[in-house]
Amino acid sequence: MNAATGITSAPLAGRHKADENSPVRIAVKDLNFYYGSFHGLKNVNLDFHDRQVTALIGPSGCGKSTLLRTFNRIYSLYPDQRAEGQILLDGQNVLDANVDLNELRSRIGMVFQKPTPFPMSIYDNVAFGLRLYEKLPKADLDVRVEESLRKAALWDEVKDKLKQSGMGLSGGQQQRLCIARTVAQRPEVILFDEPTSALDPISTGRIEELIEQLRSEFTIVIVTHNMQQAARISQFTAFMYLGELVEFGPTTRIFMNPEKRQTQDYITGRFG
Amino acid sequence: MDAINTLAPPAPPLRKSRVRSGRRVADRLLVGACTLATLIGIVVLGSILAMLIIEGVKGFSPLLFTEPTPGPGSEGGGIANAILGSLVMTVLGILVATPVGVMAGTFLAEYGRHSKLADLIRFLNDILLSAPSILIGLFVYTLMVRPMGSYSGWAGAVALAIIATPVIVRTTEDMLRLVPATLREAGAALGAPPSKVITAITWRGASAGIVTGIILALARIAGETAPLLFTALNNNSWFSPNLMGGVPNLPVMIYQFALSPYANWQQLAWAGALLITITILALSIVARFVIKPQRAR
Repeated sequence: MNAATGITSAPLAGRHKADENSPVRIAVKDLNFYYGSFHGLKNVNLDFHDRQVTALIGPSGCGKSTLLRTFNRIYSLYPDQRAEGQILLDGQNVLDANVDLNELRSRIGMVFQKPTPFPMSIYDNVAFGLRLYEKLPKADLDVRVEESLRKAALWDEVKDKLKQSGMGLSGGQQQRLCIARTVAQRPEVILFDEPTSALDPISTGRIEELIEQLRSEFTIVIVTHNMQQAARISQFTAFMYLGELVEFGPTTRIFMNPEKRQTQDYITGRFG
Repeated sequence: MDAINTLAPPAPPLRKSRVRSGRRVADRLLVGACTLATLIGIVVLGSILAMLIIEGVKGFSPLLFTEPTPGPGSEGGGIANAILGSLVMTVLGILVATPVGVMAGTFLAEYGRHSKLADLIRFLNDILLSAPSILIGLFVYTLMVRPMGSYSGWAGAVALAIIATPVIVRTTEDMLRLVPATLREAGAALGAPPSKVITAITWRGASAGIVTGIILALARIAGETAPLLFTALNNNSWFSPNLMGGVPNLPVMIYQFALSPYANWQQLAWAGALLITITILALSIVARFVIKPQRAR
């Protein structure tokens, strides 16, 4: 552990041991995804374990972000995108037509590649999701906002300027603000879509630390281009290629002892 | 000298200079042409403004803002009735155009983004945007003035609203499209329904641009003459509070007075023209200041 940057120097330390007995939170069954006529995901079957970090890795265009975007059905904002198959969240298929999307999305939070603070104050950013479905009195709202900002390791930096615009924060702070906003809703699952690719190494280290802490409460799925990052922060890793799931398993095994040739080639940097 | 030669072997000198001089000439020609074109533009604009100020200032007096327009051939008077008439019709027009324009622009950029209907509306809006304003005047004349049997400020306001609406539709759509798609996704990902994402996030993100569009539309209709010729016409006295009958307004007043044989009327037309120009200039400056703080953030 490097104290200055918070970046772990021993990527496969003991804390990364996968708990294969933890219950399955999300079960993906025979999932196919289409962008218009393009077949983006092909028969994906995969289980995500409760309170574990699962990393989705693979070269650009392999479908890892596409897979992530099916869990909260955010793809449905775009009319020519559709998914077939099953994604069971606690046994309920989120792809069912009668699922309440807004309720689903309050249970599955998402953090994006670029920080997405809303054009409003830091406080309002965090309270945004809370005000949607919970009618909290002001004092309770204050408590939840503070609690969320603390969980996102941002409280000390912003406690004196909660009324200032969230757009005025640095990139790393903005990303932690987005994490606070997501955590505030107390979701069960948090999806991270390359959360650090727009950040500098120090901010990246802080976000990675944060993800490690959040794991005690949330099931986390993270898409990353950075294999060292996957190795540092995840317990499980799924390697995808050309829309197919190539290999899935505990991170230590995927990185130390991959079964498939393609996985080995990718993690040793032979392609991708 | 030696050091330079060892660093970079000299290219064949003759050919190099030929290429260089050819490019230099082309470069100077282009810079010269651009400068000339800019100068022509500035000189034309500058002389219009200079003429307007010289002639307009002569007619400026406090009476301008208190007295109504004088009768033909008589002395004195002001343009207070035309100022008030213009103000009332412009404000009414923008009050109608703003909600319609913002909502339609929102439909185009948000709800209808991927629909054929939106493409059609966008196309029609672009036609309306460049429609000759006299056509709008004739349209409202047929629609309102003839059935009502009288020119009216209402008809004038409606004509101005029809001119302003497509401007607001267009700027609203453009400004909303500048809001990154990831912001909408982030809102939706928190479980916010589209109406909430639009009102709380994208409108807010685009607010400075939308307000600017409204101000520019205001500036546009403040000086429109043709749509008022057939609708509000003009009137050489105070207009009735119910806005029926001719309602005096600056553009038509300028048009009529400037063409008249009376020196006093011509002088008032200059003063009115200067006043409109100052107003439009002020609105444009305000619009710039609305955008500024957004960019600084």
